Amino acid sequence: MRSIRAAATGAVTLSLVLAATACGGGSSSGGGSDDSPKTLTYWASNQGASVAVDKQVLQPELDKFQKTTGIKVKLEVVPWPDLLNRILTATTSGQGPDVLNIGNTWSASLQATGALLPWDTKNFAKIGGKDRFAGTALGSTGAAGKDPAAVPLYSMAYALYYNKKIFADAGVSKPPATWDELAADSRKIQAKGKSPLGAEGSNLSENIHHVFVFAKQHGADFFTADGKPDFTDPKVVDAVKSYVDLMAKDKVIPAGDAEYAQNQSVSDFAKGKQAMLLWQSAAANLTSQGMSEDAYGIAPVPVISGTPGTGTQVNSAVMGINLAVFKNTHNLDGATRFVKFMTSDDEQKILNKAYSSIPPVTSAQADPAFAGPATAVLKNTLATSAAALPQVASESQFETTVGTAVKNLFADAAAGRAVTSDSVKAELQKAQQQMPAA
Amino acid sequence: MTTTAFKEPVRQAPSGAAGRESRRTGRLRRVTLPYLLLLPALLLELLVHLVPMVIGIVMSFKELTQFYIRDWGTAPWSGLGNYKVSVDFDAPVGNALLHSFLVTVGFTLLSVALCWLIGTAAAIFMQDTFRGRGLLRALFLVPYALPVYAAVITWVFMFQHDNGLVNHVLHDQLHLTDKPAFWLLGDNSFYALLTVSVWKGWPFAFLIVMAGLQNIPKELYEAAALDGTGMWQQIRRITLPSLRPVNQVLVLVLFLWTFNDFNTPYVLFGKSAPEAADLISVHIYQASFVTWNFGTGSAMSVLLLLFLLVVTGLYLLFTSRGRRAADV
Repeated sequence: MRSIRAAATGAVTLSLVLAATACGGGSSSGGGSDDSPKTLTYWASNQGASVAVDKQVLQPELDKFQKTTGIKVKLEVVPWPDLLNRILTATTSGQGPDVLNIGNTWSASLQATGALLPWDTKNFAKIGGKDRFAGTALGSTGAAGKDPAAVPLYSMAYALYYNKKIFADAGVSKPPATWDELAADSRKIQAKGKSPLGAEGSNLSENIHHVFVFAKQHGADFFTADGKPDFTDPKVVDAVKSYVDLMAKDKVIPAGDAEYAQNQSVSDFAKGKQAMLLWQSAAANLTSQGMSEDAYGIAPVPVISGTPGTGTQVNSAVMGINLAVFKNTHNLDGATRFVKFMTSDDEQKILNKAYSSIPPVTSAQADPAFAGPATAVLKNTLATSAAALPQVASESQFETTVGTAVKNLFADAAAGRAVTSDSVKAELQKAQQQMPAA
Repeated sequence: MTTTAFKEPVRQAPSGAAGRESRRTGRLRRVTLPYLLLLPALLLELLVHLVPMVIGIVMSFKELTQFYIRDWGTAPWSGLGNYKVSVDFDAPVGNALLHSFLVTVGFTLLSVALCWLIGTAAAIFMQDTFRGRGLLRALFLVPYALPVYAAVITWVFMFQHDNGLVNHVLHDQLHLTDKPAFWLLGDNSFYALLTVSVWKGWPFAFLIVMAGLQNIPKELYEAAALDGTGMWQQIRRITLPSLRPVNQVLVLVLFLWTFNDFNTPYVLFGKSAPEAADLISVHIYQASFVTWNFGTGSAMSVLLLLFLLVVTGLYLLFTSRGRRAADV
């Protein structure tokens, strides 16, 4: 009896150990085919205030597509925290959607896996040619010198959103154009008992977008010209430190924001708790949180001195969503037609209006809906003072490692520990050591 | 009985070669039947556990990075390269893994000890019938019954710096801290993780020990009471020794679950856990999914598997030997 019990215990625990450490399997097959021409699976990214909002926006358009082509599109809106993992899993298993949205900054990383259909001249011709798209948007579709891994769908840029009433109460007459002005205005705002600027200290992507711009403004780059990580360059260290100093030294960002990762800073701003917010194309999001469009103003993100432009005057990353075709698709023709549909002038106007983004298709930009003052700031930023994040294969790893480094530095600042050049360098060193050797 | 009586003549009817043949098939059937019945379970076990595990082990010898995940076959073999990277404790990757391992060991020992202590204490105190005992029992099981995600996300809200309940009570109401503490960042994250883990784990210990207590004959306590032993003596001399087989399994299961727990740290901290709470399961996840290096991630998983197998084996050997000695 005892031996049976021991054996049973052993078997149960062994299977527990095994279950705990087992890894998944998978396989892969070759290129696409046209085996199932009547259906498509589409993974959309979460662009609206919620997944439900996205479904409301997209479904009528998918129905339109079905009416003209007879192809039924099965829609799944994948939340941001899951999207990259889902794409990786699909890549590994070869079982994925036919068409999918990707964050444009991931383009080069996903391009390196070979899972996405390359958009060569022939494929571009099927959707009306490469010239239909804005150059800045195309700059974030994959490594230089390679055929793009995806086509631009929505374009976005960062801007400074400010609460008009809080500014007026504090006696600030115009939005700050430089970081020094922002610090000075913040003191006036703090004197009125309000918190100046919001940030998402624990959101790795947000951290990356900001330190990337700070690096540009300090004349620094996270990667060398031949694509090797160079995170400990003194200028990079300076740049990262000046961003974290907004909390650590200037106390412009409240300490509590160090643990924000779920867009709480947008809610704080929408509720009037926070005077300013650096965000990408936030209008639709703010409206859905009940903030009236008259309540806030929108201005370019500050620079160190002068006005936004190129080089050290860059004040936003080229943000946006790209549309990609999964190479393993069983409906290659249908997938291409769907991309053509989504990038057509009409759909570009409808979708970008709904998401308060800018159409990367230049002919759609002419629509009066994109001429308002808010959109003008974004459009202008994209056209004149935005830079693409590094288009290197290890970009996605860079977002995670450096994003984590900035998160840790914010945690230090929030806990009242000193953030020095040395501590910044140590964190960045750790990030660099985790990067792939390639 | 009737079937035997009925079968007996049938079995004896054939004679000579045909009879031997039929006897042999009968024996064959008797011998193979258990295996045949076990076959579906065995196949499923192979499919669900062993095959993925073997694939995982194979992966750990490959350089499986983003350039090869689409077609694993083309990934170059790296020999023991991934293992060398994982156990090179002077280099950053190995050092981080060692740190994560030590954090996990410390966390697991504390969590299992507290879960067991609280669970056993509660089970013993709930032995005597009193008004509301059923209600309390049900209440105690709630943390265990709740879906992990829903339970842990509630803790995330409670641990928030600005609006969290924990800071509201500790700082605003009781004034125990100078300023509101961060529970999800920095060193405090270890205690936050431990709190949630114990809160989630002790009801299981409570449940198992409670079931174990039902099997201890009441006469033992009555006899002990007649001899004038106190409650503490009764617990030490009767309850704990009788619970020994139950505890043996309980502690092992708690250990394995806690050591491998992925959901709790992942929901609490997301993809990048603070160093103080960098549990090994999330660490390995990050090593594979976040840096897209599945070879190294698999090597780390295999090392973890080996460690847990050794611990489990030693534990079973040690405890069953101890029990055999005690039985004699």
